[in-house]
Amino acid sequence: MPKFLKNLIVAAAVIAFGAGMAQARDQVKIVGSSTVYPFSSYVAEELGATTKFKSPVVESTGSGGGHKLFGNGVGLDTPDITNSSRRMKASEFEKDQKAGITEITEALIGYDGIAIAQNGANPDFSVTKDELAMAVAADVPMNGKMVKNPYKTWDQINPALPKRPILIYGPPTSSGTRDAFAEMVLGHFANKNKDLYNPISPSNKAEKYEAVREDGVYVPAGENDNLIVQKLTKDKDAFGIFGYSYLEENSDRIKGAKIDGVSPDPATIASGEYPISRSLYFYVKKAHLDKVPGMREYIELFMSEKMIGSRGLLKRIGLIPLADELRAKVQKDVLSYKNLTLDDLKK
Amino acid sequence: MQAHVSQNYLKKRAGRDKRFIAFSYAAILLAGAFLVFFFVDIVHSAWPAFEQAELRVEVNYNDQARKMGDNALDENVSYLVSRGFTRLIPNLLREDPSLLGTSEDKWVLADSEVDQYLKGKPNRLRKAERQLVDTMRAEGRARLAFNKGFFLNGDSKLPEMAGIWAAAVGSLYVLIITLAFSFPLGVATAIYLEEFAPDNRLMQVVEVNINNLAAIPSILFGLLGLSIFINFMGVPRSSALVGGLTLSLMTLPVIIISTRAAILAIPDSIREGALALGATRWQMVITNILPLSLPGILTGTIIGLARAIGETAPLMIVGMMAYIPEAPDGFTSAATVLPAQIYTWSSDSMRAFTERTSAGIIVLLAVMLLMNGAAIYLRNKYETKW
Repeated sequence: MPKFLKNLIVAAAVIAFGAGMAQARDQVKIVGSSTVYPFSSYVAEELGATTKFKSPVVESTGSGGGHKLFGNGVGLDTPDITNSSRRMKASEFEKDQKAGITEITEALIGYDGIAIAQNGANPDFSVTKDELAMAVAADVPMNGKMVKNPYKTWDQINPALPKRPILIYGPPTSSGTRDAFAEMVLGHFANKNKDLYNPISPSNKAEKYEAVREDGVYVPAGENDNLIVQKLTKDKDAFGIFGYSYLEENSDRIKGAKIDGVSPDPATIASGEYPISRSLYFYVKKAHLDKVPGMREYIELFMSEKMIGSRGLLKRIGLIPLADELRAKVQKDVLSYKNLTLDDLKK
Repeated sequence: MQAHVSQNYLKKRAGRDKRFIAFSYAAILLAGAFLVFFFVDIVHSAWPAFEQAELRVEVNYNDQARKMGDNALDENVSYLVSRGFTRLIPNLLREDPSLLGTSEDKWVLADSEVDQYLKGKPNRLRKAERQLVDTMRAEGRARLAFNKGFFLNGDSKLPEMAGIWAAAVGSLYVLIITLAFSFPLGVATAIYLEEFAPDNRLMQVVEVNINNLAAIPSILFGLLGLSIFINFMGVPRSSALVGGLTLSLMTLPVIIISTRAAILAIPDSIREGALALGATRWQMVITNILPLSLPGILTGTIIGLARAIGETAPLMIVGMMAYIPEAPDGFTSAATVLPAQIYTWSSDSMRAFTERTSAGIIVLLAVMLLMNGAAIYLRNKYETKW
């Protein structure tokens, strides 16, 4: 037994020692949002295929998980870049500063629309953002009071809408898409009706009312958006909430609902006319720039016209490019590795 | 005493017997039907993935192609050819400048949209492009050929380039680590517990815990692996080493339990015989117990590994669910595994990945079938009846 124990300790030491040696890295490590993941890995593949550098490792951890891993410190065992389908929060920025990550560059790469889609054989459907909020929120205002959401069919919300049961498949709470939807649709609605929300929320914070109903009308359908698409092809009553790229890829069998009279397409999403869209980012740990080979090249490739340009390769897989002027400015800022400041995030 | 059994009772008893058999039979039929449905569905959707569209095009290695590979092709055709081919042309010309100015007519990989069109699936080709593909097919310049790339390439964001090679190598590396750690540790633990351990409270606690570990949801091992191997020991995230170590935690109890069962099945007469001839207990274990229990140990190990190869949840937590297109070149470099690859493909928005997802499932099933088959073969071949 003592010999056996000794062997065990030796084995453990070998692992720890061997791993310690492997810390000098020859490969960029990227974590973060599952929405940015396809674009990020596309660029990673291109870098690996056309240069002498190894393909960066891109891990899909969700935006929040990515910022957490990124903020673990400046050591080479932490990721170099984190992808995010929302802007970094001020709290995350402050945590990074405390962990010694004083220099961060922010890169805005484009937009992603959130589609409300239904079966392609259905008649067109058009709702306002407020009607959508009333279909999904856990509590809604009624006769000047907040009540549990009573709506079961769309015509109960607005008689002009069809008499069709409300059934919505959407992302689960862990998802960035869900956060964005809650903020842009439910949060917006709550802010508009502040007086009604006030009696319950003295702090006047709308966030509390981003809660989604849990009576079976809104069905959290897991992180795999292809499953929601499949549900829509089978169930004609249902709507699904997911990223625009899934709508585009399946446009032969599903179609998007008009929101505030605007249908989702690359032009309306880029111009901001389509009301439910969000910006996609990645954040660079500048301390690693000179230590990890290929990191600068990856960032340059990502920010190039070939990738995020108005006719770039990422557009083919669903990224909505930035407007020309903004893109030129962002490209300049990123490639000069401009430091992100707390004031930037408060803007 | 007079046996008095009524005719009625006998009939009822026989009826119960028949009903029970009928129910059991129905249960097997139902399970079989599910299995058949699953296989038919998977094979049906995987079938097209084993063929891939190719186009015969003229490649002109001209000056402009040094910058943009697309320029080497006719403008109309360049949209139909995979970027996986055109993006390599500039590098090719840099490495071999003598190619410049020459041209060749050859089969190249087609874009996934062309592939989907030729397979009669929904695609995003425009009308003119479809007509062009039709003409090319009529001229024998478009074909579906065996998809070698699926077995030789790593992951790719271009569906026509994506393959399982990198994930398969990753799975192999992970299994080697798992085997290297869990087999010796597991067998040693089992031998100690069966042959040497005193029967006291402590050992009972150990025993209960081992049995309990075998039933723990695998994701907890992932959390354990994250906090011990990555955060405490500093093993690189996403590496085959950390994945293998995490899975060996999971496989360990399976190996211990099956080894103990195999050792327990050896009759005491063997032990007594060895000891009577003057062997020490250690010699008895090495010369008698181990060789006799080896078939059982191997069966348990293979079944444990087959479970490990299909595991995803714990590996996701230690960072192996990632885009890693290159096969690992060592145990500490980043690697992904077969089930993680299948999962990544299944959630991709591009529909050309659907068939590859199913094809990946078939490969994984084939590997598992092979491993379980090996376990059964070993058991039958070396099984000793006492």
